[in-house]
Amino acid sequence: MPILEQWPALLKGAALTVGLTAAATFIGTLLAVSCAWSRVYGPLLFRWVAGAYVEAIRNTPFIIQLFFLFFGLPAAGVKLSPLTASVIAMVVNLGAYAAEIIRAGIEATPRGQIEAAQSLAMNHAQIFLRVILPPALKKVWPALVSQVTIVMLGSAVCGQISTEELSFATNLIQSRNFRAFEAYIIGTAMYLVLAIALRHFLTWFGRRFLFGR
Amino acid sequence: MIEFSLWDIFSNLLLAARWTVALSLVAFIGGGLIGLTLLVLRLTGKPVLVRSINTYTQIFQGTPLLMQLFLLYFGIGLLGIDTSAWVSASIALTLYTSAYLAEIWRGCVESIPRGQWEASKSLAMSFGQLLTHVILPQALKIAVPPTVGFLVQVVKGTALASVVGFVELTKAGGMIANVTFAPLLVYSCVALVYFALCFPISLYARFLERKLHVARR
Repeated sequence: MPILEQWPALLKGAALTVGLTAAATFIGTLLAVSCAWSRVYGPLLFRWVAGAYVEAIRNTPFIIQLFFLFFGLPAAGVKLSPLTASVIAMVVNLGAYAAEIIRAGIEATPRGQIEAAQSLAMNHAQIFLRVILPPALKKVWPALVSQVTIVMLGSAVCGQISTEELSFATNLIQSRNFRAFEAYIIGTAMYLVLAIALRHFLTWFGRRFLFGR
Repeated sequence: MIEFSLWDIFSNLLLAARWTVALSLVAFIGGGLIGLTLLVLRLTGKPVLVRSINTYTQIFQGTPLLMQLFLLYFGIGLLGIDTSAWVSASIALTLYTSAYLAEIWRGCVESIPRGQWEASKSLAMSFGQLLTHVILPQALKIAVPPTVGFLVQVVKGTALASVVGFVELTKAGGMIANVTFAPLLVYSCVALVYFALCFPISLYARFLERKLHVARR
C-alpha cells in the first residue's frame, strides 16, 4: 500500500493534531472559565467584553478566524508562525464555545450552596473556585468533551496554513503519489479513531481525576 | 494597477456571499430531507437499520468536515463522473447536515413520553399514522430551536468549501486579499459578513428556545 508506507508522516501528523488539541484544551478551558466568570459575576465592562467575544467567535467560521490571525495580522505588524496561529485560533475558538457551556453550569448552581458558603465566611474567590466551579464543571463535562472533540476535528483546517498536522500530512502524501482518495480515506479514518479515543479518554479523565466517583 | 475602494471590496464580498447562502440552503434543505428519512428509518426500530444509521452519524460527526469534502471531491471523480467543486461541496455538506439533523431530531423524538407511542398503538394506528398524527407534530415543536441553531453551523461549514476551490465568501475573500494586499481589512470584512449572516439566526434560535421554555413551564 503506497499510503501506509508513509506511516511515519501520518503518525507525526496525528501527534501534532493531538498536541495542538491538548494545548488548546488546557489554555482554552482556563480562558473559558474566566469568560464564564466575567459573564455571570464580573463587572459590567467585563460582562460586555466577554459577551462580545463569545458572540463574535461563535458566529464566524473557524477558517476565517485562522486566516485573520495568519494572513491578516502580519499587515498590522504581528507575524505569527503557522503553529502559533493555529494554537491561538484553537484556544480562542474553544474558549468562546466552552465559556457558554461552563456558564450554563455555573448558572445552575443552587442559591443555597452559595449562601451556605457565605455563612462559612468564605470570600468570593473561594466560593467561586471551591463551591461553584467544581460541580458546574462536573455537570457540563459531557458537553465540554464533545466541544473539545469538535475543536480537534476543526484543527484539520490548520493544515491550510501549513501547520504540519494530520490533514497536512495526508495532503502531502496525496500530492506525492496522486492517490488522493486512498490518502484521504486513511487520514479520515485516523481522525475517526482519534475522535473516539479522545472522547473515551476525556470521559475517563474527568471521572478519575476531576470529580472522584 | 487598479485601486480598490472599500466599497469595491465589500460589494464583491457581498456578491460572493450569495454563493455561501445558496450552498447553505442546498445543504440545509437536502440535509433536512435525508435527515428526516434517516430518522423515520431509525424509528422503525429494525436493528440493521438502527445500527447502520448509528454508524453513519458516528462517521460524519467523528471526522472533520474538511476531510469529508476532500473525500467526496476526489471520490466522485474516481467513479468516473466529472464533478465541479459546487456539486461535490453540496453533496458533502448535505450528508454532513443530514447526520447532525437526524441526531438532533432523534433526541427530540425520544423526549416524547413513551406512553404516547403505546396509546397510539392501542388505538390500532399504523406506524405511518402514529408518526404523522402523534409523534412528529409534538417533536416538531421541540425540534425547531435546535434546528435553527444548527443552521448557523451549516453556514459556517460552507466556509470550508473554499478549500476544494468553490468560490464563496471565504475563497472570494482570499482572492481579494491577494489582489488588494490588504488582508487585514479584507478578512475583517469577510468576518463581518459571516457575522451578519449568522448572528440574526443565532438570536432567532435563542428567542425560539426561550419561547418554547415559557410555553412548557
